[in-house]
Amino acid sequence: MTRLVLSGLSKRYGATAALDAVSLAVERGSRVAIVGPSGSGKTTLLRVVAGFEAPDAGTVVLDGQVLADGPAIAPAHRRRIGFVAQDGALFPHLDVAGNLGFGLERDEPDRARRLRELIDLVELDPAMLSRKPHELSGGQQQRVALARALARKPALMLLDEPFSALDTGLRESVRESVTRVLAKAGVTTIMVTHDQGEALSFADQLAVMRGGRLVQAGRPYEVYWRPVDIETALLLGNAVVLDATIEAVGVSCVLGRLAAETGGRSGRARIMLRPEQFRLSLAGPGPQAVIEDIDFRGGQCAVTLLMVRDGAETRFTAHVPSMDLPELGSAVFVSVNGAALLLGRTG
Amino acid sequence: MPALPLRRQRNLAGRTMLLLAGGAALCALLPLGFIGWIAIETGWQTALALIWRPRVGELLANTLLLEICTLPPAILLALALAWLTERSDMPGASFLSWLTVAPLAVPAFVQSYAWVSLFPRFHGLPAAALVSVLAYLPFLYLPVAAQMRRLDPELEHAAASLGQSPARIVLRVVLPQLRLAVCGGGLLVGLHLLAEYGLYAMIRFDTFTTAIIDQFQSSYNGPAANMLAGVLVLSCAGLIGLEWLLRGHARYARIGSGAPRPAPRRKLGRWRLPALALPLALASLGLGVPALTLSRWLMAGGDASWQQGALAAAMATTLGYAAAGALAAVAAALPMAWLSVRAPSRATRFLESCHSYPGALPGVVVALALVTVTVRIALPLYQTVATVVLAYVLMLLPRALVGLRAGIAQVPIELERAAASLGRNPARTLLAVTLPLAAPGIAAAMALVAMGVATELTATLLLAPNGTRTLATEFWALTSELDYAKAAPYAVLMILLSLPMTALLHAQARKTLNA
Repeated sequence: MTRLVLSGLSKRYGATAALDAVSLAVERGSRVAIVGPSGSGKTTLLRVVAGFEAPDAGTVVLDGQVLADGPAIAPAHRRRIGFVAQDGALFPHLDVAGNLGFGLERDEPDRARRLRELIDLVELDPAMLSRKPHELSGGQQQRVALARALARKPALMLLDEPFSALDTGLRESVRESVTRVLAKAGVTTIMVTHDQGEALSFADQLAVMRGGRLVQAGRPYEVYWRPVDIETALLLGNAVVLDATIEAVGVSCVLGRLAAETGGRSGRARIMLRPEQFRLSLAGPGPQAVIEDIDFRGGQCAVTLLMVRDGAETRFTAHVPSMDLPELGSAVFVSVNGAALLLGRTG
Repeated sequence: MPALPLRRQRNLAGRTMLLLAGGAALCALLPLGFIGWIAIETGWQTALALIWRPRVGELLANTLLLEICTLPPAILLALALAWLTERSDMPGASFLSWLTVAPLAVPAFVQSYAWVSLFPRFHGLPAAALVSVLAYLPFLYLPVAAQMRRLDPELEHAAASLGQSPARIVLRVVLPQLRLAVCGGGLLVGLHLLAEYGLYAMIRFDTFTTAIIDQFQSSYNGPAANMLAGVLVLSCAGLIGLEWLLRGHARYARIGSGAPRPAPRRKLGRWRLPALALPLALASLGLGVPALTLSRWLMAGGDASWQQGALAAAMATTLGYAAAGALAAVAAALPMAWLSVRAPSRATRFLESCHSYPGALPGVVVALALVTVTVRIALPLYQTVATVVLAYVLMLLPRALVGLRAGIAQVPIELERAAASLGRNPARTLLAVTLPLAAPGIAAAMALVAMGVATELTATLLLAPNGTRTLATEFWALTSELDYAKAAPYAVLMILLSLPMTALLHAQARKTLNA
């Protein structure tokens, strides 16, 4: 059953289109990550769904209820949509209990028990209920903000770059805890982020935005391995782009014959490979290349390879396990795992 | 589930605020309009005849000499004191910092009263320069000390590692970073020198402001006083232009993230105790002399000087005016403050400068403008409470605006959005989130305006209804009759009323550095 349906959402600020006919359907209980470079319109989309801003055109429908129809919108405070801002936006004049209880009805029975449940839900110590927000760490603030939004049992939860203000070390643990909490609560969630790693690990549906348009939506695995264009590919990770000739089955390029879905195309094309598709060996198979540079990263290495064929130089980077790595300057055989992706003629 | 009603957002709040701020800006442009109007009305010939006089040249020379004799020593003293209190291990540095700021609580004309009644032959330029330095030094010390504390010690370390000697580091790294603070504080002091009436009238040193008020009180000679006001405004503009040139256009922001480490304090060694002489000497001049004079006159007057019925009445009137001025100024500045925090744009920045520029105008110009406008256009308003309060609003609008902006900035829009997403409607959001958070800033702004009104003399003298007696005007009347003993309690009350403002300014300066 579909819960949230966005269709044809557009919004302009002066001459720039922040949203350009964005349509997206979000299933009940799923976690959607919206990624895109800054200025791609992802935060605007979130604000329109939350009701902080009105679209110029398009509709927002949640559970069959129309929340926005062009510039006519339902007020944010009646939408039952939770929102967690970048820095948590905790009320500095209230303690943690006051923040958690802000959205509860004043005559809510068992208020104390509810607060206790909420603080347990986000894995914080109940002793923190009497603390002021400035006495909490960044990660604790974010978890309180999440619990505060969950207190109202929202039909939909929106997270606006919720981890970007945290230190790298803290980020991962807070993200895991938030994902756990959301899964436990079973609430449909949309998260906006510019961190591809965060998006890929958080989401069961990924939406990529660029220049106000939704360019691709699908399962993270699908979008990572089969991006619609090179920009999307690079947004989610590194990529190697090579010239190739389309054959009857697959393609051929400097790396030899590779598997690929050609979709009936012929002639020349550009193909994309992820750096982790390469295998290096001292015995073959595959064409030979020279190791020009090794960037050691712990478990993995980024290896820059130089391949000379018919007098033309090709340089590309492979991500390979760092154990048993050949020496700098040595010649290795390069093979490719899996299929190459054919890029669009213009891509 | 019932369907939610859909509505178009009309941004009523934003439009109303823009309208109100536009109205306030129009009011604030009144004095400038007045100057332009009289310039046109008087005509080129008459204006030239009124301005091109030896008397005006004399006043111009006096004003220039006063600026030259006051500003450089004040700047040097402020730099020395700021360094001693912020960057050296002088004992009692934070107490001495308070002591350096404390003369702000003594209104300038009370300061000169203290000196004149102690040394009756104390007159002319040296007297004017000395009292000016004592009265206005805190305006330079506060920003310079604030900036001195904020300096990133890493820059000095970097300079040292690049082979610069300590003396050259001060010259090439430290002083350039203090330039903005020195220029800003210097401009503030320079404008006060131009605008102050009581201080210079008391020690009989003629400036444009004293001349304008003499002219106005003796002959109601409209055009002559107005022309002098025009020259005074030009002098202010010249000062602002000079500051703009000296300030330069460079940014002295810290590059890189994170808060700077507090700078280490320099060990003074055997100079540690002798260094105390400077702040203590200044404090004994700026605070000791007024304290000495006031206690002498209070003892001479005995209990009788406290039991004047007029004293209580003047106190009540002053408090009334202060409250009215504070409420009106904050109400007038609120829309602009809201816009500049919540909806900054080119248009709101223009409106904001309309609100801020009267801070650079001498009170006497604002007062003359209101006299002229009420007499010619709205006579029933001439010498009414409403006009005095309007003058206070115009003069203190920038002060109110700064305080309110800080208050409203305490409530970022994200917090209001959070409240909306938690189910609070706009009215309940205002009550539960916006007001509790902005209240301290609004209260501080009101207090600053109220205390400014409590010691205001110039505009009150020119505009208040006949028979109005505030602490300042009553003090002024008594000292004009040389009844120094009776005047002393008024001075004490004004100082007491100004003390909270001094504490507030000092605390604010500290807070901005910690932020």
